[in-house]
Amino acid sequence: MAMALDFSALAPYGGEVAAGVATTISLTAVATLVGITAASVLAWLKLNGPAGVRWGIQAYVELVRNTPFIVQLFFIFFGLPALGVSLEAWVAALIAMTMNLTAYATEIVRAGIESIGKGQLEAARVLGLSRRQTYRHVVLVPALRKIYPALTNQCIIVMLGSAVISQISVEELTWAANFIASRNFRNFEAYILATLIYLALSIGMRQLFRLAGWHFLGGRQGRPSS
Amino acid sequence: MMDFTLWDIVRNLLLSMRWTVVLSLIAFIGGGVVALLLTVIRLSPSRWVQWPVMAYVELFQGTPLLMQLFLAFFGLGALGIQVSAWTAATLALVLFTSAFLTDIWQGCIRAIPPGQWQGARVLGLGRLQTLHHVILPQALRLAIAPTVGFSVQVVKGTALASIIGFVELTRTGTMLNNATFKPFLIFALVALGYFLLCYPLSLYARHLEKKLNVTGSR
Repeated sequence: MAMALDFSALAPYGGEVAAGVATTISLTAVATLVGITAASVLAWLKLNGPAGVRWGIQAYVELVRNTPFIVQLFFIFFGLPALGVSLEAWVAALIAMTMNLTAYATEIVRAGIESIGKGQLEAARVLGLSRRQTYRHVVLVPALRKIYPALTNQCIIVMLGSAVISQISVEELTWAANFIASRNFRNFEAYILATLIYLALSIGMRQLFRLAGWHFLGGRQGRPSS
Repeated sequence: MMDFTLWDIVRNLLLSMRWTVVLSLIAFIGGGVVALLLTVIRLSPSRWVQWPVMAYVELFQGTPLLMQLFLAFFGLGALGIQVSAWTAATLALVLFTSAFLTDIWQGCIRAIPPGQWQGARVLGLGRLQTLHHVILPQALRLAIAPTVGFSVQVVKGTALASIIGFVELTRTGTMLNNATFKPFLIFALVALGYFLLCYPLSLYARHLEKKLNVTGSR
């Protein structure tokens, strides 16, 4: 006999869910800001740095992109204490999320910078722009505009991936759903609720990125910059 | 307590990698079949047919794979259908994969310039003929590299099946860690296992991208 869905059983746990959502949002926000900043630096170094640095960045990017997030998380949380580095769960989670996003974003930003044609740089020079002006107006901003949709997607993927950090007991949204399920055995309802909230978060994040893009890049994201 | 030598650990991890590979293959092939169906359906000119496919893609791309696994595992249970971790993991991963592949393939079809459709029409080709002889051969070429690239995400996605109790590489690593308390070594080896599976796929995808010359800026 199938049991009926009863969402009212979730009502007493509104506090846990709200706290979970807040944690998911805060961790994602920090990982996004730090990740994109770090990626911009690493992408520049990967194109202009000394050979050793380039190789190191490449190794880091490949290592992160070719292993699952959950294994990276377990390595940081369970593995590093063996070396004497003990981390609180939420710190380990934040490091794993930031590391993960940085690796993907480095690759994305690098592709954007590489896509700026040589002619653009030459034109900037002819027009008398300084090196700094050229880098900012001719390379970085058009590059960011081009890769903005990919960057948005990647940040959303990291937010969705953060569901996994419930496995090391970080009290975020998935943890809240697990908590409810363990109390009233309403697994299905709890996970449906969490799933819908994640969906709302990813839609909200996309809108937020769109607004931020208009504000900082001038509303032409994802189109060729020529 | 039983003692594990390094070889015991490595052997157990290698053996469990089989299940990661099997699950990945099922998810990728099953997801590919579903995606093919959805892509064909999505080609229909009717909005009422297109819309549900778009909603399906949006739903699976906008929610965590972990939630999809939980819903498949506990949800079907709540509906009175008892499922094993195998069934739930397979179901969730097939649906997850199909949504992403549908999106990729649909994008490839849309990337074919409208002039191709118009040209075929002028030549007197019907809609299906145009698809078959003009659009799909070109779209297929565009689709190969991103499809291979996405297979890496599928392999990594199977790691989440460990959370609902499916014994594959990650789960075996967790169990070995509980028995040996060597987390640094074991999770490094688990990561290495995934790297050995995924890196060749990544390299192959990049090679195809270069060979077929279909990267972002041309």
